[in-house]
Amino acid sequence: MANEEHKYNKDRFEPIEISEEKGEELSRPQLSYLQDSWIRLKKNKGAIIGLLILLFIGFMAIFGPYMNNYTFKEQDSNITNVPPRVQGLENISWLGLDGKETEVLEGESVEALKEKALYVFETEPEFIESKVIQEATEDEMAKVEFTNDIYAARGIQDEYYWFGTDQLGRDLWTRTWSGTRISLYIAILAATIDMVIGVIYGGVSAYYGGRVDNYMQRIVEILVGIPNLVVVILMILVLEPGILSITIALTITGWIGMARVIRGNVLKLKNQEFVLASRTLGSSDSRILMKHLVPNVTGLIIINTMFTIPGAIFFEAFLSFIGLGLQPPLASLGTLIDDAFKSFQIYPYMLVFPSVIISLIMVAFNVLADGLRDALDPKMRE
Amino acid sequence: MEKILDVKDLKVSFDTHGGEVEAVRGVNFHLNKGETLAIVGESGSGKSVTTKALMGLIPSPPGKIKNGEILFEGKDLTKLSDRAMSKVRGKDISMIFQDPMTSLNPTMKIGNQIMEGLIKHQKMNRSKAKSRAIELLEMVGIPDAKGRINQYPHQFSGGMRQRVVIAIALACNPKILLADEPTTALDVTIQAQILELMKDLQKKTETSIVFITHDLGVVANVADRVAVMYAGKIVEVGTVDDIFYNPQHPYTWGLLGSMPTLDDEESELAAIQGTPPDLLNPPKGDAFAARNQYALKIDTEEEPPMFKVSDSHYAATWLLHENAPKIELPEAVKKRTQGFASMGASNDDGKGDTK
Amino acid sequence: MSQSQEKLLEIKGLKQHFQSGRNNVVKAVDGLTFDIYKGETFGLVGESGCGKSTTGRTIIRLYDATDGEVLFDGENVHGKKNKSEMKKFNRKMQMIFQDPYASLNPRMKVMDTIAEGLDIHGLVKDQKERQKKVEDLLETVGLNKEHANRYPHEFSGGQRQRIGIARALAVDPDFIIADEPISALDVSIQAQVVNLMRKLQREQGLTYLFIAHDLSMVKYISDRIGVMYFGKLVELADSDELYKNPLHPYTQSLLSAIPLPDPDYERNRQRKNYDPTQHDTSEEPEFREIKPGHWILCTTKELEQYKKQLK
Repeated sequence: MANEEHKYNKDRFEPIEISEEKGEELSRPQLSYLQDSWIRLKKNKGAIIGLLILLFIGFMAIFGPYMNNYTFKEQDSNITNVPPRVQGLENISWLGLDGKETEVLEGESVEALKEKALYVFETEPEFIESKVIQEATEDEMAKVEFTNDIYAARGIQDEYYWFGTDQLGRDLWTRTWSGTRISLYIAILAATIDMVIGVIYGGVSAYYGGRVDNYMQRIVEILVGIPNLVVVILMILVLEPGILSITIALTITGWIGMARVIRGNVLKLKNQEFVLASRTLGSSDSRILMKHLVPNVTGLIIINTMFTIPGAIFFEAFLSFIGLGLQPPLASLGTLIDDAFKSFQIYPYMLVFPSVIISLIMVAFNVLADGLRDALDPKMRE
Repeated sequence: MEKILDVKDLKVSFDTHGGEVEAVRGVNFHLNKGETLAIVGESGSGKSVTTKALMGLIPSPPGKIKNGEILFEGKDLTKLSDRAMSKVRGKDISMIFQDPMTSLNPTMKIGNQIMEGLIKHQKMNRSKAKSRAIELLEMVGIPDAKGRINQYPHQFSGGMRQRVVIAIALACNPKILLADEPTTALDVTIQAQILELMKDLQKKTETSIVFITHDLGVVANVADRVAVMYAGKIVEVGTVDDIFYNPQHPYTWGLLGSMPTLDDEESELAAIQGTPPDLLNPPKGDAFAARNQYALKIDTEEEPPMFKVSDSHYAATWLLHENAPKIELPEAVKKRTQGFASMGASNDDGKGDTK
Repeated sequence: MSQSQEKLLEIKGLKQHFQSGRNNVVKAVDGLTFDIYKGETFGLVGESGCGKSTTGRTIIRLYDATDGEVLFDGENVHGKKNKSEMKKFNRKMQMIFQDPYASLNPRMKVMDTIAEGLDIHGLVKDQKERQKKVEDLLETVGLNKEHANRYPHEFSGGQRQRIGIARALAVDPDFIIADEPISALDVSIQAQVVNLMRKLQREQGLTYLFIAHDLSMVKYISDRIGVMYFGKLVELADSDELYKNPLHPYTQSLLSAIPLPDPDYERNRQRKNYDPTQHDTSEEPEFREIKPGHWILCTTKELEQYKKQLK
């Protein structure tokens, strides 16, 4: 009891002064929009992995072609269709980076097969190793696994083609990364042009509204009405295939998606009270657009662009694949896949590397864009 | 009086990317059979979260009930499975939400929306459910119920829609009705009608009501007992007369002082300064201390317990401790506790004239 | 009324019709005529959809009026104006908005939000003066100057509303339209904002048009009150007069519906219902002055009736 009394003795019940300031204090740390979004993005593992993959691919697209001494258009008929070989990894046979071709042949006898192998690989006996899997018996044929050391056979012992070479003897490592570079370049350029046109078109259409909006939307509808592929094919026929013409072909209808998203949001935003407040203060239209409307759709613009880029890469690959893409010796991921596809049963390595890279780019962009959408969406804030 | 609901030391928290927010920090209250308990508080005081917890509607994650019991007829609702809870929901406890626009399904005829619960919980067949639905619509005062049962929500006005929502909530004769700001989105005249309707229906059905609101006028109108919430805690609880005519907590004083009186336009409103605390980092001691002009030293050190004022009336403020200095009620509040209506006598006269 | 009878704003036959659909016209505001005197607070009440917010927005020219005139200091607001005339007018008349969450640009720091008017009208010479002015304004509305570098989402509803007030004050207006400035706020915060508005009125001699649906607050803050019903003013009087002698049945029903924080009063409250069909339809009702300063929408027959009630 005494303790109790001591605990609540009178001096603890002195009135205190409460400053008015204290009641208005903000206890949370100060975070800007971007910092806040970055914290949220960091928590999304998938998006961060996507970002790292993209950074890696981007780095390789810029510096990869300079990592060895070959160029993307240098041909050498002696070294056509050489499989990949990488220093340090050449002794791990299951990786398939040892520069050797392996094939299992079946025939009546082991000797006959050895003859056949020389013919199949077009090589000399000293470069072939054979491993008998099964001797010929009465019921079964003989099976022998042959491994041909192409590098030795061609006499290029000291060279290493990390991704192998193609039909014309060009180094695929260099071609793949410069192709990635061109694909990314076309996609980013197209997405940027889409963004600029789309934002301006959508913003103007929504902000001025009324008759302006009406006419602008009819034009969009007409453009949407013409099948995309037809427009693109016509464009390329007129302009001759090249980086610029493909980019133009991609953007000629590509901006419409962005324009629609922006229009929808600006329509919603322009009647928000903060825009009205700015108007009552006497803001000019351009000030309202630049200070109030555009900053509030930047998140959307970024997200939308992030989704446009993989779409553009894929479309470029598609165009190349149907023969409307870049012309040799230039390479993009699409043309590489197209070339490799023709002989993919004999030389699968030619197809594997560009396909893996294009898939990684697509997946990484989509995962990152998804993550960004969650991170930038203001509705998620509490 | 028989307790139908007893909430003990309820704590609810939410995980946000900034950390854990304790929205409800140890709430105790009970609901007697047939009464209306009003929970008053500002936005963010935890009043809506409390009712959501009663309904088992705390989204998890990010939310979770960290502690406490919700005893409904002896059963602890926090321990029920989702499945068992969905049987209680709508049947024993039902809820009315603030916005009648969003609490009805716009693509479904209102008749079907009422019948849904009847068929699910009371195992009625369709024709029986339909006649009951018509009965319910008549009960909540919708004219031509037979014809309107096949209409869609957009064909009803806001007030009518809220009546439909009430009909749905009452369909299965629930023992408890949770009303979360049911009249806030409505106009004053419609609000008055809905409040009258709810009181009428309560008399007929003997439902117990928990009424969440921030409007003291509405509280005075509907409540039998009042719990005042601040920063996730109940700071004062008592009968409606206790709270309005003998308030003890400085926050309650502040709320009353903030209301304008009808006769006095010269004096300032006795507003509460500042802003409610951020429950991400709740302050040490009494959460109200920073805005309390009668704050004591101890307020910043230790949270006050509930002090008993009378059998029905409790308040959590150190001012009620025997060692605390005696505080005169602020003039503005004193005036208000003597009754708004008497001050507005002139107002009554005015009405008398026009009758 | 303690104010001078000098008219600051004259509204004459203001109409605002919106085309909705091909052959459907919504008459949001349908022929309003009233004056606002210098230094007073004019309350405009009515239920949702009665056109009170549209009235405010039309007066400040967010919408172009369908018909009618708005004279500010004798000058027509709605006539043809060039940019500099518009700007001059923008500085004199300002607005406070309803939704504290939607009325501040979420991507702009409080500093830039408040300084927007200063920037547009070139009221400050340099960065230092701009900052000083913003800090002064923050202090005027009871916030700390450290708040200037924060973003709106960090503030509570009441604090945001005060930022909105500071933004309006930045250009030194004479007249402020407050469009339901407190209806989205909590009770205790409402009182802060109302106290602040009254303080500003005393110190800076502002004139307010206070639009609201909460009659008790309107009564408290307003000198005169106009009651709107479906785009028309049905009654206009001094606020005391309106509460003591409500004549129009709609006003009566509104007044009888206000809940007061007094349980005894509430237990005995008599509510009145308004039935719009009860009116005399022999002629088009007009807005008539029934006694000095007290106006009511009625026909000649009804006028006689109301006059009897007045006794």
